[in-house]
Amino acid sequence: MSNSFLRRLIFDEKIRSLVIQTLLIGIFAIIIYIVTQQTAYNLEKRGIGTGFGFLNMSAGYDISIKLIPYTSDSTHFRAYLVGLINTLLIAVCGCFLATILGFLVGIIRLSSNWLFRNIAYVYVEFTRNVPVLLQIILYYTILLYLPKIKQALVIFDIFYITNRGIYSPAPIFKDGFSIVAWSFVIAIISTIFLKKYLKKKQEQTGNQYPIFYINSALIIFTPIIFYYIMGMPLDFNHPVLKGFNFKGGMVIRPEFMGMLLGLTIYTAAFISETVRSGIMSVSKGQREASQALGLKNNLVLRLIVIPQALRVIIPPLTSQYLNLTKNSSLGIAIGYADLVHGFGGISLNQTGKAIEIMSMVMVTYLTISLTISLFMNIYNKAVQFKGNA
Amino acid sequence: MSGPISLTHNKYYSWCRDNLFSSWINGIITILSIYFIYEVSSFILNWTIFEADFVTNFRGERIIDRTFCSKNIEPGQHGACWAIIIVRFHQFIYGFYPVEEAWRVNLVYGLLPFALVGIFFDNLPFRKYFIYFTFLFPFIGYFLLYGGIGLDAVGTSKWGGLLVTLFLGVTGILLAFPLSIILALGRRSKMPVIKTICVIFIEFIRGVPLITLLFTANVMLPLFLPEGVRPDNLLRALVGVTLFQSAYMAEAIRGGLQAIPKGQLEAAQSLGLTYWQSTRKIILPQALKISIPPIVNTCIGLFKDTSLVLIIGLFDLLGVGRAAVADIDWAKLHYEVYVFISLIFFIFCFLMSRYSLYLEKKLKTDNSN
Repeated sequence: MSNSFLRRLIFDEKIRSLVIQTLLIGIFAIIIYIVTQQTAYNLEKRGIGTGFGFLNMSAGYDISIKLIPYTSDSTHFRAYLVGLINTLLIAVCGCFLATILGFLVGIIRLSSNWLFRNIAYVYVEFTRNVPVLLQIILYYTILLYLPKIKQALVIFDIFYITNRGIYSPAPIFKDGFSIVAWSFVIAIISTIFLKKYLKKKQEQTGNQYPIFYINSALIIFTPIIFYYIMGMPLDFNHPVLKGFNFKGGMVIRPEFMGMLLGLTIYTAAFISETVRSGIMSVSKGQREASQALGLKNNLVLRLIVIPQALRVIIPPLTSQYLNLTKNSSLGIAIGYADLVHGFGGISLNQTGKAIEIMSMVMVTYLTISLTISLFMNIYNKAVQFKGNA
Repeated sequence: MSGPISLTHNKYYSWCRDNLFSSWINGIITILSIYFIYEVSSFILNWTIFEADFVTNFRGERIIDRTFCSKNIEPGQHGACWAIIIVRFHQFIYGFYPVEEAWRVNLVYGLLPFALVGIFFDNLPFRKYFIYFTFLFPFIGYFLLYGGIGLDAVGTSKWGGLLVTLFLGVTGILLAFPLSIILALGRRSKMPVIKTICVIFIEFIRGVPLITLLFTANVMLPLFLPEGVRPDNLLRALVGVTLFQSAYMAEAIRGGLQAIPKGQLEAAQSLGLTYWQSTRKIILPQALKISIPPIVNTCIGLFKDTSLVLIIGLFDLLGVGRAAVADIDWAKLHYEVYVFISLIFFIFCFLMSRYSLYLEKKLKTDNSN
């Protein structure tokens, strides 16, 4: 009896896998139990309590870059929000610029001009083989060697480039500006419908309409017309040098610029490679066939090559966006007040709540990563082959 | 190739015409490119070589601190002052390792290529013995670096510079490799518990930045362990780096596993092989072979990412560089230091990426016959 049970334990796949999995769960449970016990003991010994009560306590430190009101009296939770917004800000700006630069470099790498494409090649090899952290620190150092406030580089009397940041006029919105903004939004929405309508008409009559020009004009001129109708409801607050610093205006801090430059230049090199391989994956016959149909070069690119290349480009592009977002956590090295620097660094040191804070930071990053994946997957589905697969 | 045939139609002429001057726009781009290359390369060459100080400045004085650098004496001088690298060379390569013991590190550096060459090239003569040496190498390396029988002990707090960078990179990759195979197989397992554990582990690690893992290892590891156990800082960083690398490597290996046709496993099982036998003898050898190029790519990523340990206070190559820049005697020589470090990283990563390309090409030709 026991002999046959043992035999079944070893040779019956179902029972064997059941036993293995139960054992595994058991081992994990024991490990987790021991670690929690030990941690609780260690925490008690050090006099550190648990729980998220500290989030409502005053943080006691200031953050230089903030998009929402924050003072040193604000709570740790507020510091978390400021950090989160700064992380999202650098991630969104970085992804946007890296995509543009990456596509540009990727297309240059396919140029028929030998010199031109090899300049792009050298750029790609040098930037992607040097750690992004080193690049961020290097660009930040360069920015710190810009002229001092007193000798600021002035561009058109509007922008002041200094080692403490780039100062520019800040817009002041007066009454009625919201109408201008809404007219802009409505113009964009109406172009979508107009495009559909003109496409339909083209299919019916065969006449081509300059959709691109009509829509561009609509988007550009509608807000301008409304701007003048509402009596120019926009003012600028120019930065003025007072004492040792500029007063008024807006400023882009060198920490932000350094992060943006580092992340953009580094990630663009990788994006350019995915763009290049994506475009190369479209077979030559596709291009030749469309040329044989009489399409012009830019139409071949826009209607035939890019839609097919996007299918190959989107998945690796997604992982580049994810990498950039994760790399934005390196702000701590140059003092950019992101999630890891402020909340994960200073708040952690002040409160000692390592477990709570690190898990909050990690869960936040996981959420951001999953959200990016989700949206890129939706977009990916939209550009993939439809119908007969 | 449709132009009129002329006397000038030789190889170079037609190459230039096709690749540089195929149209008006291309011609303009070529000329602008030449100008751009001229400007950039003359700037770089002047800064790094022609106007730079190495051991002595332009007056012929030996440089002992930054006040002797030509650019800090004469306003017209702009060249780099490489003396900081020369003076601090020991720190960049060995960290704070005792000077008289540096031969041990040199020996490890010298043996490292022999330990790796067996893995990299499968057509190597006497490859078997090289592989034996590869397995022996971690113990030799540990003995030489850390000390022990007959050698003075050198604590990891004295390690630094390239030594820490290479240590974290190589050890992290070697330790992550077996772990990543287990994770990749686990993710494809039919047992739901094992599969779930592996999926959660891989996706969690890949979803958070490395710096949070390093922080966690640094701050939380001491909280999890009994009081007496205090893993030193380098070991904590190694734990973080290994876990990180294993998740990414596991995904690369999973790609290889997915590429193996199901028939291979079925054929192996119909021959009476068990799961482990067929995995070890049939599936893994084929899967690993195709997944080596993506694995090498994750290794390049990890090698660059080891620079993050400076944030948790370790002195890797970049950490030593930052310390050098902060030194008052040598302050404000940022560019020299960062360019030097970039170059070291570039050489390693570029070689690895070339190797990955070589493998991809080889794999293509292997599969075609």
